[in-house]
Amino acid sequence: MALAKRIIPCLDVKNGQTVKGTNFVNLRQAGDPVELGKVYSQQGADELVYLDITASHEGRKTFTEMVERVAAEISIPFTVGGGINELSDVERLLNAGADKVSINSAALRRPQLINEITAHFGSQVCVVAIDAKETENGWMCYLNGGRIATDRNLFDWAKEACDRGAGEILFTSMNHDGVKNGYANEALARLSDELTIPIIASGGAGKREHFRDTFLEGKSDAALAASVFHFGEIPIPELKKWLKEEGINVRL
Amino acid sequence: MHNSLDEKKKKMKVAIVKYNAGNICSVINALQRLGIHPIYTDNAEELMSADRVLFPGQGEAGSTMAYLRAKQLDEVILHLKQPVLGICIGQQLMCRHSEESNTDCLGIFDVDVLKFSPKRHVEKVPHMGWNTLSELKSDLFKGFTDNEFVYFVHSFYVPVNPHTIATTDYITPFSAAMQKDNFYATQFHPEKSGDAGERILQNFLDLKI
Repeated sequence: MALAKRIIPCLDVKNGQTVKGTNFVNLRQAGDPVELGKVYSQQGADELVYLDITASHEGRKTFTEMVERVAAEISIPFTVGGGINELSDVERLLNAGADKVSINSAALRRPQLINEITAHFGSQVCVVAIDAKETENGWMCYLNGGRIATDRNLFDWAKEACDRGAGEILFTSMNHDGVKNGYANEALARLSDELTIPIIASGGAGKREHFRDTFLEGKSDAALAASVFHFGEIPIPELKKWLKEEGINVRL
Repeated sequence: MHNSLDEKKKKMKVAIVKYNAGNICSVINALQRLGIHPIYTDNAEELMSADRVLFPGQGEAGSTMAYLRAKQLDEVILHLKQPVLGICIGQQLMCRHSEESNTDCLGIFDVDVLKFSPKRHVEKVPHMGWNTLSELKSDLFKGFTDNEFVYFVHSFYVPVNPHTIATTDYITPFSAAMQKDNFYATQFHPEKSGDAGERILQNFLDLKI
């Protein structure tokens, strides 16, 4: 046996409720985040990711309280992200019971944040999330949920994040997200080949074959998805059973 | 029957060693899900008088060992007579020596902690995620079958040795769990290992010594 490939449902949370965007817009309601997380845990999800998409101060407090509830009620690891700008945000969320934090725009704006987090809490808590789009100039990183273009190349930035101590890279392809036509396996495989830390694939899951393909062709260590799980299009127990039949090492 | 069990559980005093390691609240939460309300303390008398002691956490060997010595918790832990469960860095600190910061540890288990040396690119360090347990040899795994999954996050490991009660294979077979007398230890995180982890914690609470 070997280290299992991970299936990770992602829950976007706004005002204490789960929502899911299609191509980062058009939010749809999908239930209570703690109850939903508990269901996923019972179904065999290997980890959970909770993203705070609330911008307000009040929303942040609600999110922290939700993190405490998740930690109290769910017995698998979970990562939290969204609105993490400084070390004190990380400390607040880890103290609330999160196992890892996912940082995105703040790290791209101030890469030193990665060093600060890993120096204080260890590499294993620091997930660097990258939103990137394939353009005529190659794969380029975006800020603020894909709204602002940057001149940073995906592979250069991922390498720098790894060198600064990131524990994992969570790569979302903006070309693939919401399209349900499979993950960006070519870019994922390149990340996996170039880096020495686990790569989480995000964006593009539409059917069970996409998960198999990202583990095999994309060399991904974990696959993240949202709507296909939230709306029951791909039930996790069936997915994992099928992946096992396809020769993928998953936890059953 | 259930009532008396519940009563017994309520009376069970479970202490968690308070030191400078991270991620203690997940252990507290896991015990609370089992109906236990642990105390989190660095007080020697509280630790000595508990029915069970947990020594969990994530951290770095050098700084955690220095802290334990400064607070004289090293001597307290060595003299505990009740079942003790070290988790993750706890297991590593219960060994003789760690390659992490070249640290002399508690020496309960007569074996040294080594750093993973990946031989292939796919062998990423830290070893992070779900992996399987085999060669189970203890009541800690009562009710387990071979190859159940538990959750790991670590860059250093304890080689297989006479104290090993469960092995996992990543880069090399290593000690996923160990036991010597009243001292138990796991490299993985039972508090984050779903149902399997809860059964291990419950087995630890149920140990008869």
